[in-house]
Amino acid sequence: MPTHDELPEIRAAEREKQGSYRHSIRVCMAAGCLSQHEGTIRKALVDAVAAEGLEGEVQVKGVGCMGLCAQGPLVMVDDSILYEKVTAEDAVDIVKALDKKPVKRIQSSLNIPFFQRQVKIVLENSGIVDPESIEDYISRDGYAALSKALGEMMPGDVVDEIMNSGLRGRGGGGYLTGLKWSTVSKAISDIKYVICNADEGDPGAFMDRSVLESDPHRILEGMTIAGYAVGAQKGYIYVRAEYPLAIDRLKTAIKQAKRLNLLGDNILGTEFDFDIELRLGAGAFVCGEETALMASIEGRRGSPRPRPPYPADHGLWGQPTLINNVETFANVAPIIRNGGQWFASIGTENSKGTKVFALAGQVKNTGLIEVPMGVTLREIVQEIGGGTTNDAGLKAIQTGGPSGGCIPVEFIDTPVDYDSLRMLGSMMGSGGLIVIDDTASMVELALYFMEFCMTESCGKCIPCRVGTAQMHNLLNRIVRGEARAEDLELLEQLCDLTRNTSLCGLGQSAPTPVLSTLKYFRHEYLEKIAAPPAEEAAS
Amino acid sequence: MNATMRRNGYRADALIETLHTIQESFGFLDDVSLRFVADALRVAPSQVYGVATFYHFFNLKPQGKHVCSVCTGTACYIKGAGKILDAIKEQHGIEPGQTTPDGELSLLTVRCVGACGLAPAVVFDGQVIGNQDVEQTQARIEGWISHANS
Repeated sequence: MPTHDELPEIRAAEREKQGSYRHSIRVCMAAGCLSQHEGTIRKALVDAVAAEGLEGEVQVKGVGCMGLCAQGPLVMVDDSILYEKVTAEDAVDIVKALDKKPVKRIQSSLNIPFFQRQVKIVLENSGIVDPESIEDYISRDGYAALSKALGEMMPGDVVDEIMNSGLRGRGGGGYLTGLKWSTVSKAISDIKYVICNADEGDPGAFMDRSVLESDPHRILEGMTIAGYAVGAQKGYIYVRAEYPLAIDRLKTAIKQAKRLNLLGDNILGTEFDFDIELRLGAGAFVCGEETALMASIEGRRGSPRPRPPYPADHGLWGQPTLINNVETFANVAPIIRNGGQWFASIGTENSKGTKVFALAGQVKNTGLIEVPMGVTLREIVQEIGGGTTNDAGLKAIQTGGPSGGCIPVEFIDTPVDYDSLRMLGSMMGSGGLIVIDDTASMVELALYFMEFCMTESCGKCIPCRVGTAQMHNLLNRIVRGEARAEDLELLEQLCDLTRNTSLCGLGQSAPTPVLSTLKYFRHEYLEKIAAPPAEEAAS
Repeated sequence: MNATMRRNGYRADALIETLHTIQESFGFLDDVSLRFVADALRVAPSQVYGVATFYHFFNLKPQGKHVCSVCTGTACYIKGAGKILDAIKEQHGIEPGQTTPDGELSLLTVRCVGACGLAPAVVFDGQVIGNQDVEQTQARIEGWISHANS
């Protein structure tokens, strides 16, 4: 059973082992790349290394996401050579080229803005550590933050550190994380819970999936520190059933952490007990809403309930509960390790730290990126993203999924932070960033999102259940060219009503895609509205 | 199924976990299993049925021999998932959620499998394949069906 003193020993041993290799070949084993090679590349590389008799000198390691999904499968050699669109047939050449010139035909450049402009905190281990090895995680200062928190800090100090960092919730709301922790820590109860919201339901977003697949121990460490800070003994990770690989890796990670006494009773030889259990979602977008999520963990239909009382007072099974998103928990360990001040020095005045974005849609470099808060949309899309595909014109950028809005190209120099995006009628959301080019119809996009919200509405409150269906009808009529001018007015009224009277965030934000496209692309709506028939116009 | 319920101490909150296990074992949730779970966990059958129908992930009908799920997440939508879906619907005469009369093919849609970097993505019998177009998807389905007929 390791204690505080033994963790550094494990770390040193693993570092020595890794340092003994002359070369390290890392293969992306996250869902994107893995779907294209099923692990055959790693096997081919291991075979090729064996064929050359280099087993003791060359390490072949399966790692998590390296970010540039568009060019996958990716293989990285010694941090300096990146290979793209690799197949198992390339393995022999890659191994033969180790002490010579890289294999030109599959070599990708690391000197592109995609890699150079990123700042990695959440993703610092992604693509580097083996997500299935706790020792590898420990060698990269893993669980050092937990050891520091349990050994040197009182729970209140941990909460203060998170408060000082200025970290805001990465799930979309942007609520101050320290404040949430403080509220739960002050709640009086013998039983408290910590929940990690990994129900990444926003279509077009895959940040959480990637973090869970690439660095699962990071989440366990963040949750355990949170448990210590707020006085909880039990944690749940609510993860989508659509992410089988993330579920597998979390299960493995929990087993490993228990083996090394980093989870369970008397963690690291202290008095602190904490356990984490997985709960699978079952495909309901509304379960991203915290009260619905808790209902689902309790084994019920995922229907939200009115707040207050907030989960911090009355959460899972009526007990005080802390709910944070995957990316929020992923920021905890580095903040405890390096201090809140360090974190607060990154980003903008009101949005600290970095944000992970899933870059997708009509953009060249689709994939996962992490940038400091405050970079502009132009830097993200044109520089890091490499601009639009097929050289079509950029029309808009959609952020925040079905709860967010479309930002037209005129505002491309807007800095990305919570407040600037909200001022434009969109939102940060969880980090999905969809690039839309000239060829897309914004009205059809609004219809697409409304259809999503309509089918995902849980049906509990009328404004959302009926409002989304009626707005969907109206949008459908507009798209088919059967709408009249009054329909636009009606649509706006319904947007206002649904937004202001729905029970939970799903309904309250369902009109946002419509309102933002109406605001910036009203002409597209007007073009689709047919001229009123003569008799009606006369009456 | 019993193992899942036992692991969770036959508590009512094990319901969703247990339904996952049933679907994993049998491919869908049948009435007999639902009643059995209701009894074992001491939950009203109406609540079990309510939960089973609430979540999209659960199927209450048997699935075809092969299942093709077209991702309709935003990135896939922007990159033309709709065309792929329309082509399959037309070719095989089924809507999402339906199975061909010969029981060979079920068509489903899924709201984002998180493979947005490889949009549009289609899941063939549980395997996510990215960068699909109409021809590739149809070829793969044809492969299944012609294999069955040969």
